[in-house]
Amino acid sequence: MSSDNPDNGRRKFLTGSLSLVGGTGAAATLWPFLSSMAPSAKAKAAGAPVKVDISNLKEGEKIDLIWRKKPIWVVKRTKDMLDSINTNETKHKDPMSDNTDQQPDFAKNKFRSLKPEILVLEGVCTHLGCNPAYKPGENKFFCACHGSNFDLAGKVANGSPAGANLKVPPYRFEDENTLIVGELPGSNETKKG
Amino acid sequence: MSEKNQATGVIGWIDERLPILSFIKDHLTHYYAPKNFNFWYFFGSLAFLILFLQIFTGIFLAMHYKPDAKLAFDSVEFIMRDVNLGWLIRYMHSTGASAFFVVVYLHMFRALMYGSFKKPRELIWLFGVFIYLALMAEAFMGYLLPWGQMSYWGAQVIINLFTTIPFIGPELGVWIRGDFAISDPTLTRFFALHIVAVPMVILLLVILHLSALHTVGSNNPDGVEIKKHKDENGIPLDGVPFHPYYTVKDFVGIGVFLFLFALTVFFVPEMGGYFLEHANFIPANPLVTPEHIAPVWYFTPFYSILRAIPDPAYGALAMALSIVVLFFLPWIDKNPIKSIRYRSSLFKINLFVFVIGFLILGWLGVKAPTPLYSALALRFSEMYFIFFALLYFYSTSRSNFFSYLFTGILLSLITIYDITRITSENYLTVLIGLVLVSIFVIFMTITPLYTRLNTEKQVPDRVTG
Amino acid sequence: MIKNIIISLLIILTLSNVSYSAAKKGGIVDNYKAINNINNKASLQRGAKYFMNYCSGCHSLKYMRMSTLAEDLDIEETVFAKNLIFADKKIGETMTIAMKESDALIWFNAAPPDLSLTARSKGADYIYAKLNTYYEDDNTATGFNNLALPNTSMPNILAGLQGGQKVILDSNNTPIALEVKSKGTYDENEFKQMTNDITNFLVYVSEPAKLKRYSIGFWVLLFIFIFTIIAYYTKKEFWKDIH
Repeated sequence: MSSDNPDNGRRKFLTGSLSLVGGTGAAATLWPFLSSMAPSAKAKAAGAPVKVDISNLKEGEKIDLIWRKKPIWVVKRTKDMLDSINTNETKHKDPMSDNTDQQPDFAKNKFRSLKPEILVLEGVCTHLGCNPAYKPGENKFFCACHGSNFDLAGKVANGSPAGANLKVPPYRFEDENTLIVGELPGSNETKKG
Repeated sequence: MSEKNQATGVIGWIDERLPILSFIKDHLTHYYAPKNFNFWYFFGSLAFLILFLQIFTGIFLAMHYKPDAKLAFDSVEFIMRDVNLGWLIRYMHSTGASAFFVVVYLHMFRALMYGSFKKPRELIWLFGVFIYLALMAEAFMGYLLPWGQMSYWGAQVIINLFTTIPFIGPELGVWIRGDFAISDPTLTRFFALHIVAVPMVILLLVILHLSALHTVGSNNPDGVEIKKHKDENGIPLDGVPFHPYYTVKDFVGIGVFLFLFALTVFFVPEMGGYFLEHANFIPANPLVTPEHIAPVWYFTPFYSILRAIPDPAYGALAMALSIVVLFFLPWIDKNPIKSIRYRSSLFKINLFVFVIGFLILGWLGVKAPTPLYSALALRFSEMYFIFFALLYFYSTSRSNFFSYLFTGILLSLITIYDITRITSENYLTVLIGLVLVSIFVIFMTITPLYTRLNTEKQVPDRVTG
Repeated sequence: MIKNIIISLLIILTLSNVSYSAAKKGGIVDNYKAINNINNKASLQRGAKYFMNYCSGCHSLKYMRMSTLAEDLDIEETVFAKNLIFADKKIGETMTIAMKESDALIWFNAAPPDLSLTARSKGADYIYAKLNTYYEDDNTATGFNNLALPNTSMPNILAGLQGGQKVILDSNNTPIALEVKSKGTYDENEFKQMTNDITNFLVYVSEPAKLKRYSIGFWVLLFIFIFTIIAYYTKKEFWKDIH
């Protein structure tokens, strides 16, 4: 091969591998930067499970806590309230809680909770993230932003702009009166022993 | 001779409205650079790469850093420990700062060696010196941000330089700090300047630097103009298209650079206390000065010049002059021969001594001053300026009369200053220093009259090798 | 294996002769050199244990997140929680302490410093020397003085382990040696091992990323090396055109 006629095959192969290796390197270099934007160890630590004593929670009362910077509602539902909850298909978009993203497996039941009377929900409207209001008199949650209605199990009513039921966070009961939000039942049994 | 762009489709649509294709053509595929670039010609593209790297890493650091005197130090440790791979981003940024200066110093040395600052490239050089100044400001302000002891006391020392300016000095110092001592307002304004104002200035200057370069074309190790000899199409005979020839070549340089860069980032990010100073791992404390304050290595030659003169106002003046003199370089050295290859032995000695002297000044700048070190710093500061005087002297061949006059003036200045400061205690070091400097000056200026040491070589018509 | 050898070589090659102004005292203090090996997990674990037992009463590590520590030192969180965490702290928190600075000023005349970054600001040798060079001195409030930090207000809490030391002075009152006067719980080597473990632990605490950056660095260097080789041959190929 004379040097006046460049060896195009070799040239293509070399530029190809150079681009490939260089491109891979550039892409890999992006990784630390992208990953630095994910929650830091500090943010993760601040997102650790939250423990709350519910022994003073009265029937029909709602308390708010914060877990992972989001509002968490704990409501002790009365007998009347529980009676108001139904799984009527004509009234709800997802009456049987089939959307598994919206609750842990343990809450895929009529009351969407571990214990029927204790409701634990993320207070974030599934439409655009507003904080719905608790209307105990009307047995519902109402989001004033765009008028979505949820029953007292967090199920979204037909005709609401929101498409999914309110989310149930992972939680468990350490004992009768101690609620831990952020851990699934049985997940941390080992810690106790 | 530029044929019409044939591009169609999306590229064609855009090119009719925004001349990207002709831009690529003008600056890459049809920008003809001399074919004889050597090792020294890597540093321009490397400086550009580091600029990009500093801006990129800086953006991500700014996402986590808190410009508040109460939070700044903690937020840096937060980056080092809690942010995912934050330590890597921070080390890239801190190593990048030092790498920037390494590369820029080598880039400037290249210009000195091959006369790249000479006609018609004076503007390139001027923009370059402005970039260097902006870079010093950028590095200085960035160094305050970690809010460690060295950040604080280093800034204290440098800002106090401004207070030596007659009449307005003290008020100026307070105005720069925004308080009576360095404190929160100083930190927040340095943050704003460091992440917004100065980077924009640097980017603008880089555009000007490159535009000027691409207007007149690159110099080369032979210092001959390749545009003097063109073929029938108007293409320089000794030029090669920047792309692909210099792009592939620069990739090799980038590879070697990145290897050394990664070696530092992953294995010696502190560089023995030169890139990240030990005392800077102690939060700033206005009540306790560290035992020994030294600026970061890239400032130390100028810091030595500052300290060399005991009077702070004159020291500051000397330091300012040592940088200002760089702006005048194209009008100081008016010798028509650009490249060191064809210049005289005395020019080579002068440049060599200058580089050694600059390195010694840098080394002295990190040391605590002792009488001997201070004496050395003063003499090498003199040597720094003598370099420029000799460059002027070698601009053309000098007559006997001029040579003796020039030597006389230069030595008188040095002697007069020495007379003002000589005491019964320091007379020995002063005299030895004076004699050594005088011997050097006389050798450099008088030997051309009696020897062939200042003979220059014939510059070839076209580039060699 | 080869990777480890190369990494060690790189570390040795790039070993910087760091001079920490705070550690440079001259004299016999400079004989106390810590043997750092941040990859010695067992040493780090022991160091953590010693630190929690002997140091953490007064010294915080306010930048050290306990969850990071547990993960880096291969200590299971449950074991960690049981042995190394005091009171009601959560594992995601940093290792601050309960002592108030005002109390500390009354008790010790000085607030015990946070030790998160001491290994970086003053150096490992300083910590090691500080722990090893206590000697009996009746002129001080605590009854002990220290060669690495003269007139330190920190009491010699490891005296029982080391045994009290006496300083031997030459004719110029310059210390030339330290001598164990009474036997401690540990013999000389055990004590050196222990203080070295604490030092090693504090070196880790000063920069947890150190555990990772060497091995990540190795792969990055290897990658850049390959890139450079390809770039070099590409350059050579293209430059065949140029005469």
